[in-house]
Amino acid sequence: MNPAPAVKTLAIDGIDVSASSDQTILDAARENGISIPTLCHLDGLTEVGACRMCLVELKGSTRLQPACVTLVEEGMEVTTRTPRLEKYRRMVLELLFAERNHVCSVCVANNMCELQDQAKAHGVTHVRFPYRSPELPVDVSHERFALDHNRCILCTRCVRVCNEIEGAHTWDLLGRGVNSLLISDLHQPWGESDTCTSCGKCVQVCPTGALFDKSKVGGKVRKNPDFLSYLNEMREGLR
Amino acid sequence: MSKPTLATVWLDGCSGCHMSILDMDERLVELSEQFDLVYSPLVDYKEFPAHVDIALIEGSVSSDEDDRKIRLVRAHTRVLVSLGDCAVTGNVPAMRNPIPVPELLDSVYKGNGLLQEQVPTHCLPTLLPRVRPVHEVVNVDVFVPGCPPSADTIFTIISELLAGRVPDVAALSRFGA
Repeated sequence: MNPAPAVKTLAIDGIDVSASSDQTILDAARENGISIPTLCHLDGLTEVGACRMCLVELKGSTRLQPACVTLVEEGMEVTTRTPRLEKYRRMVLELLFAERNHVCSVCVANNMCELQDQAKAHGVTHVRFPYRSPELPVDVSHERFALDHNRCILCTRCVRVCNEIEGAHTWDLLGRGVNSLLISDLHQPWGESDTCTSCGKCVQVCPTGALFDKSKVGGKVRKNPDFLSYLNEMREGLR
Repeated sequence: MSKPTLATVWLDGCSGCHMSILDMDERLVELSEQFDLVYSPLVDYKEFPAHVDIALIEGSVSSDEDDRKIRLVRAHTRVLVSLGDCAVTGNVPAMRNPIPVPELLDSVYKGNGLLQEQVPTHCLPTLLPRVRPVHEVVNVDVFVPGCPPSADTIFTIISELLAGRVPDVAALSRFGA
């Protein structure tokens, strides 16, 4: 049995805030109206700290810390927006664009994409790194949905929602680093998956055009990841 | 004092960015009184002039001809603007990058029931192994993403540059849009 969480006081961007000891810096910041950019985080899913968009500075430390997986501590002094952090956030975004083939103009998620939104918000007008232009497949074997690896940023929202909310654990990652690939079951076509329930949660939480509904291509359809908090509250008897 | 000179250049793109320039409609007439258009696919000058104040580049660098042209343009231009996603990112032309050029040419010019199968070798620019955004080849001063950037965006960019200011592009346009 864990001890009851204690109240911690800390400062975020010079604003004194209090938070429970089991809260992350990201939780505490958002509760107090301080926005920190994120990509892999989604309310209702466990945190993985994969994208590094939420890096913050802590007084007394030269290392940057991801706000989504760093718990609050007494007396902490957090800074969320500095030229150094902005430099790294822009770099993260540019590397994501350079890693695979994000051709926004012909993407099913054009104008409805969190990666594209973040690029605009952080003033990314071009990518300084050479594009890798890898050859990647598109899996259209599922009856209703499709997976385009060219647009995947490996945020693992789909892996987590399938495992934690739907309980199917159809998705997982194969390989390491730049060779990582999202796979269904034992690396078989999505349409031949034994575990997929075709619930579509992975499609709704995908921040880019990597997972999409085949019937909605070309339509301006925004994804709706907001159902997660509701499902969690239902499960925990809070509603 | 003579007016600033403006050039527009068309590399590997669909001409959509040039259509977007024309889409400024009557504002183009008003704006054009502030500069001399000295080189463009829209006018009939054959040679790139010795000195150009602002050059708008549409398209990516995909062939030896594009490569030669963009280096010439850079050498004679004060402010070089990458206009649109092809110039800025490689965009649709760069979708061929995972495919080796000989395979690419074979798949287009051979098979498919063609009567005279032949890969063209004369009078056409040679494709580079990889399509590259303009800034991988020459230094770029202003980046304007968008497919295409809207007429409003282009109007603001040109107006700001003519006034000697650096436009805040991120507020105006983005990749894809």
